[in-house]
Amino acid sequence: MTDTVIDVRGLTKRFGDRTVVDNFDLKVPRGAIYGFLGPNGSGKTTTIRMVCGLLKPESGEGEVLGFDVLKESLKIKERVGYMTQKFSLYEDLSIRENLEFISRLYGLDRRAERVDAALADLGLVERQTQLAGKLSGGWKQRLALAACMIHEPELLLLDEPTAGVDPKARRDFWDAIRRYSAQGVTTLVSTHYMDEAVQCDSIAYIAYGKKLIDSPTAAIPKQIGLYGWRIAGRPLMKAQELLEASPGVELVARFGAEIHACGKNPGALEAAARAVKAAQPHVEIAPIEAGFEEIFIYLMSGAMDNFQ
Amino acid sequence: MTSPLAALFDLSWARVFAVFLKELVQMRRDRPTFAIMIMMPVMQLVLFGYAINTDPRHMPAVVEMREDGPLTRAFLASLAQSTYVDIVAVTQRAEDGEAMIRSGQATFLISIPEGFERRLVRGERPQILVAADASDPVAAGGAIAAIQQVAAQAFAPEFQGSLSFLAPSPAPYEIVMHRRYNPAGVTSFNIVPALLGVILTMTMVMITSIALTRETERGTMENLLATPVRPLEVMIGKTTPYVFVGAIQVAIVLTVAVLLFRIPFTGSFLTFLVAVTLFILANLMLGYLISTVARTQMQAMQMTFFIFLPSILLSGFMFPFRAMPAWAQAIGEALPITHFLRIVREIILKGAGFVDVVSDLWPLTIILLALATLALFRFRRTLD
Ligand SMILES: Nc1ncnc2c1ncn2[C@@H]1O[C@H](COP(=O)(O)OP(=O)(O)OP(=O)(O)O)[C@@H](O)[C@H]1O
Ligand SMILES: [Mg+2]
Repeated sequence: MTDTVIDVRGLTKRFGDRTVVDNFDLKVPRGAIYGFLGPNGSGKTTTIRMVCGLLKPESGEGEVLGFDVLKESLKIKERVGYMTQKFSLYEDLSIRENLEFISRLYGLDRRAERVDAALADLGLVERQTQLAGKLSGGWKQRLALAACMIHEPELLLLDEPTAGVDPKARRDFWDAIRRYSAQGVTTLVSTHYMDEAVQCDSIAYIAYGKKLIDSPTAAIPKQIGLYGWRIAGRPLMKAQELLEASPGVELVARFGAEIHACGKNPGALEAAARAVKAAQPHVEIAPIEAGFEEIFIYLMSGAMDNFQ
Repeated sequence: MTSPLAALFDLSWARVFAVFLKELVQMRRDRPTFAIMIMMPVMQLVLFGYAINTDPRHMPAVVEMREDGPLTRAFLASLAQSTYVDIVAVTQRAEDGEAMIRSGQATFLISIPEGFERRLVRGERPQILVAADASDPVAAGGAIAAIQQVAAQAFAPEFQGSLSFLAPSPAPYEIVMHRRYNPAGVTSFNIVPALLGVILTMTMVMITSIALTRETERGTMENLLATPVRPLEVMIGKTTPYVFVGAIQVAIVLTVAVLLFRIPFTGSFLTFLVAVTLFILANLMLGYLISTVARTQMQAMQMTFFIFLPSILLSGFMFPFRAMPAWAQAIGEALPITHFLRIVREIILKGAGFVDVVSDLWPLTIILLALATLALFRFRRTLD
């Protein structure tokens, strides 16, 4: 068994004359939880689909679970749990029927037992005969997650699995992912939530089809080198306008009753913060470490600029 | 336990069963569609069983000439000019003509008996015998009138001069009509078995034409393709439930045909079952093929109608097949319904057995296999 579960090189996908994923490399070691981040339309879903053989790349090569990503997609599919971004189970089948259908397709033994266990896990035992289409958005998401895990895959490809899921269920979900990870299950998960991003071992960041960052999560703040100042107090409207006009301030983000001003030049940033304090004495200023939220807002606004 | 078939096609019956079961449940939940599929046969039968009539041209005829003389030759020439019949053969032997009409190569057998001219001149009113394959009563219907006209035209110039005494009416000859296979010439006898073909074509093609497009439109295709299910498994699993729907429709049509229209079912029932099964499968594959091509359910419906119109117009359902131009016949031969119509007419009305319809069973089988292969080939394994 190889220890690299996903090893793809130079994946490129075009729709018409638009290159949606451009020369994408990714190496994911066994048992890792890999976060996949990027703005809307950056090519995350397209990449995941290529990895599990649902889209044919125009060029590129690689192995997933040791199988050729272009030629052995059936073998890959048997061992991968893919959760689609959009709900793609049958709305006119009941919850139980959906799970049974999937179990049959994977040729699972002890089917009833597994489906019962999945239903118990979900807490949907009483509602198992209800049509899947009648579930609320968050519950659909949880059902889809259970369905893609029912055959105990070695690799989970999860496309925004927790979109619309309540905080408690999200926490349970991440606990489960970490449990699987300890057992050697690998996860590639796309998300727009930063509190989830920080839970990943590594993060790949993609913008406009190009991978810009691929690092262990803990190393990213240093790598980006973003500095921050917090400006708190009331009112902040004037302070925000001043900051946005200041040189050296590359990102101004509101966080409730505070503003976080970020930039790559610490001296210029500090000068800007102090200038605001001088003009608006009622505000408090303090240096802070730029968090993931700031880093990725910064990256996404940057990518926009690169593109235009 | 893997059967050789399963091994050859890398097929798992468990996965086929999974798709089949899922499809069955979805069909059961979709009550309106199911109701339409059951009600449609009855409504169409009652509507069209009484209503359809047509005006045929260019019917293939075989002429049995037992005598060769100026008068008979004039008749033959006039017959050749008529648009109602096309002479496909002229023969001296009665057996030849009979064989051609039995095999469906000719719809009419026109016999001019020995001594016709001599008895005509003597004023004995000799007979011209017309035997018609009345299993298609529309085709046979206008025959008497048409041939009477042909004869009148043929003999009119001949009856001038020394033979002018033969000219006044009543005509100095008699045209006698024998209807074969459907002596009463009941239109519904022909229409009702044919309607079975039309109903099956319409419902089977339509319902499977959205088999895959519906999955694509609802987004469930992505999940289905992410599982290890094989294209052949999807095809078998998705179409099998409708074989049963087709069987129910056949039972309904046959019941109505016998009870309401009193159709005599004279041929081999077993052969009928073989033919109808092949026909249902061919239609399901046709629909399935459409669904591998169409991107939306709307497109699938349009393509279904694109198939459906020639199935009605060029199959021999609407117009007698032999009366159509060659190109239209060529299209007709490629349609499953054309062969099915011939088979059911042969079996139900002419009392044919397996051997008699083999010539249409094998084209049906080939069409079925070709469609299935094409559909498998067209199946998109990816979302591209
Ligand atoms: N089937 C398709 N045909 C044409 N263009 C497509 C197709 N699928 C995706 N695209 C385009 O490719 C780009 C990348 O789409 P993709 O769904 O991979 O983005 P994403 O990163 O998953 O975005 P999101 O965060 O919104 O889910 C988008 O601009 C999209 O419009
Ligand atoms: Mg996406």
